Amino acid sequence: MVVPKHGVFTTRENKVYQMKKLLVSAIPALALSIAVGTAQAGETLDAVKAKGFVQCGVSTGLPGFSVADDKGNWGGLDVDVCKAVAAALFGDAGKVKFSPLTAKERFTALQSGEIDMLSRNTTWTLTRDSNLGLNFAGVNYYDGQGFMVSKKLGVKSAKELSGASVCIQAGTTTELNLADYFRANKMEYEPITYDTSDETVKGFEAGRCDVLTSDQSQLYALRIKLSDPNGAMVLPEVISKEPLGPVVRQGDDDWFNIVRWSLFAMLNAEELGVSMKNVDEMKGSSDPNVRRLLGLEGIKGEGLGLADEWAYNIVKQVGNYGEAFERNVGSGSPLKISRGLNALWNNGGIQYAPPIR
Amino acid sequence: MSDQPSDAMTPGKPAPWNDPKIRAIVFQALLVGAVVMVGFYLINNTLYNMEQRGISTGFSFLEKESGFGVTQSLIEFDETHSYGRTFIVGLLNTILVSVLGIFFATLLGFVMGVARLSRNWLVARVATAYIEIFRNIPLLLQIFFWYFAVGINFPRPKQSYAIGETLFLNNRGLFMPRPVAEDGFGLVIAALVIAIVGVFFMVRWAHRRQDATGQPFHTVWASIGLILGLPAVAFLAAGSPLTWDMPELRGFNFKGGMSVLPELFALTLALTVYTGTFIAETVRAGIQSVSHGQTEAARALGLREAPMLQLIIIPQAMRVIIPPLTSQYLNLTKNSSLAAAIGYPDLVAVFAGTTLNQTGQAVEIIAMTMAVYLTLSLSISMLMNWYNAKMALRER
Repeated sequence: MVVPKHGVFTTRENKVYQMKKLLVSAIPALALSIAVGTAQAGETLDAVKAKGFVQCGVSTGLPGFSVADDKGNWGGLDVDVCKAVAAALFGDAGKVKFSPLTAKERFTALQSGEIDMLSRNTTWTLTRDSNLGLNFAGVNYYDGQGFMVSKKLGVKSAKELSGASVCIQAGTTTELNLADYFRANKMEYEPITYDTSDETVKGFEAGRCDVLTSDQSQLYALRIKLSDPNGAMVLPEVISKEPLGPVVRQGDDDWFNIVRWSLFAMLNAEELGVSMKNVDEMKGSSDPNVRRLLGLEGIKGEGLGLADEWAYNIVKQVGNYGEAFERNVGSGSPLKISRGLNALWNNGGIQYAPPIR
Repeated sequence: MSDQPSDAMTPGKPAPWNDPKIRAIVFQALLVGAVVMVGFYLINNTLYNMEQRGISTGFSFLEKESGFGVTQSLIEFDETHSYGRTFIVGLLNTILVSVLGIFFATLLGFVMGVARLSRNWLVARVATAYIEIFRNIPLLLQIFFWYFAVGINFPRPKQSYAIGETLFLNNRGLFMPRPVAEDGFGLVIAALVIAIVGVFFMVRWAHRRQDATGQPFHTVWASIGLILGLPAVAFLAAGSPLTWDMPELRGFNFKGGMSVLPELFALTLALTVYTGTFIAETVRAGIQSVSHGQTEAARALGLREAPMLQLIIIPQAMRVIIPPLTSQYLNLTKNSSLAAAIGYPDLVAVFAGTTLNQTGQAVEIIAMTMAVYLTLSLSISMLMNWYNAKMALRER
């Protein structure tokens, strides 16, 4: 558009200019409507089979749960769930593509069909299960919210935190639990809400806030990102229940079942003592439970529409739940988180999977 | 037969399908119809799909309790207030940072724009360096710089910089005493209003007097005297009805008083410094567009530097400056949405961020947020167009 020499728009040019501005502002709105419009309900399984890989939403980088190494390979407990689904579906755990998402982006990405499943340390709540058009397929990590403070602060309990500034990541249940906890204990606080976990850590390190709050597993993970991990400590209080698990779109039952039972297969494998190393020997086992898991007898893969060795592939390529836990967040990792609630039900924890039969 | 020649002679009425006016109306109607239909289809399709997938729709979520806290709010807000109120809180914070940014960027831009034309070598080069550096660094990086490198790198609250035990600067912000109005403070406000109205009439009177007699009047000094003096007299007359709420360190943070958060500081500074460069260039272009002959003519009339700038140069330069200045104001307002990156609770961070995530109603919330930016931008546009029309060349 040519601006008149004196820099003054004539009335007519002005109108055209304003109309253009209006149109430009309207485009994102249209994009949003179209994005919601094109994804189709109930057909994820077919679409995934047709394209030949699972598009899995993960975090932008949370050590132990979903993080990319220097070669760009993703690993972690949440990533292993995606890989298990790919192994069950395609017999190849490598057929996964990952979409790193912030807490704010994750549900929209799943609702709009940009990703097939979300495995991103996401808390299962009533609102999310009912209002967002999503379904939680299970729990792969039982977590709870805690607080991390600098040791220099000299605070021993979360009850001493009245008046503190608190760094949080936006778009999480953490924000709500924090508000509830301080309200319930009649304490004041100043919330500093950042967009990504990296900024949250930077704000905490610079002393913008006294406390960093998040799920405890994340606190341990974020602590090793600090320049001086030993200068910070996690307070003993756990102020919430945070069952984290994979999420799929609602109304897509075949797909939902596959994701849910991929997780259950990992748990059942641990319970039955079937691991990555011994899975081939276990094929010779006479235990009917093991034989059903490995697709040698019983319902096999037909109920899920999968190959008979679907669970065998998961264990062979990804491992059982215990192996995935130890490798990513447990003793085999820098996080060194103990099994705690996440031990199997017969071992002092609450991880429990329905039987494969 | 008789009227046939006149038909051929007068260029008058062509057939309806050849009439440019009718054609224009038909095409416009078709276009509007198409736009409405596409819009209708998209809305319908979205609603259908959302219903199919059990995603809740509608605006009833605005009345539900929000359950989360916000650092900075210009109105009363806590966890028990509704999601609808988070919208207002975010909106006011966006407006606050935009207004502050526009004010300071305009000041900085005008000073730097004039400085760049200065005959003083050093002043001109400093202005050039400022413009070339800050215009060419992405805004987000500048925000990060002012926040992570400056804003939160002040000492911790216990080691605050203190100025006379009233002003405290630390990495939680700048804390200062807050004036608390007591009974009788209304008189001071009334005096201020009277002073402002008085100044308005005085300026009009002074203009008329100058038009009639050629005698200028010291309006600036008289205005300052009136606006400061009258409330001061009223303040003393009412018996100093003002106390100060002093900030003091209690526990982790300062309590009481007023504070400027480091997030607000960093964001305002970044927006000011960045947009100031563009305004400076606009101002320089405006001043340079006034031909040198005007300056010479003014000198020939015997005008001194200040009246020459005020009466001859600036009014003509403003005509060139205002339209691009409007664009800069719009840019600044829209750029303020980068606030989310450093945790400043603006509309995008609070409402299109936290509220969106807690409720999951993306379509409604994004639509409301877009409507806000559109409304803000159109309001600024209208205001500036009005000002532009006022300043535009009046052809007589």
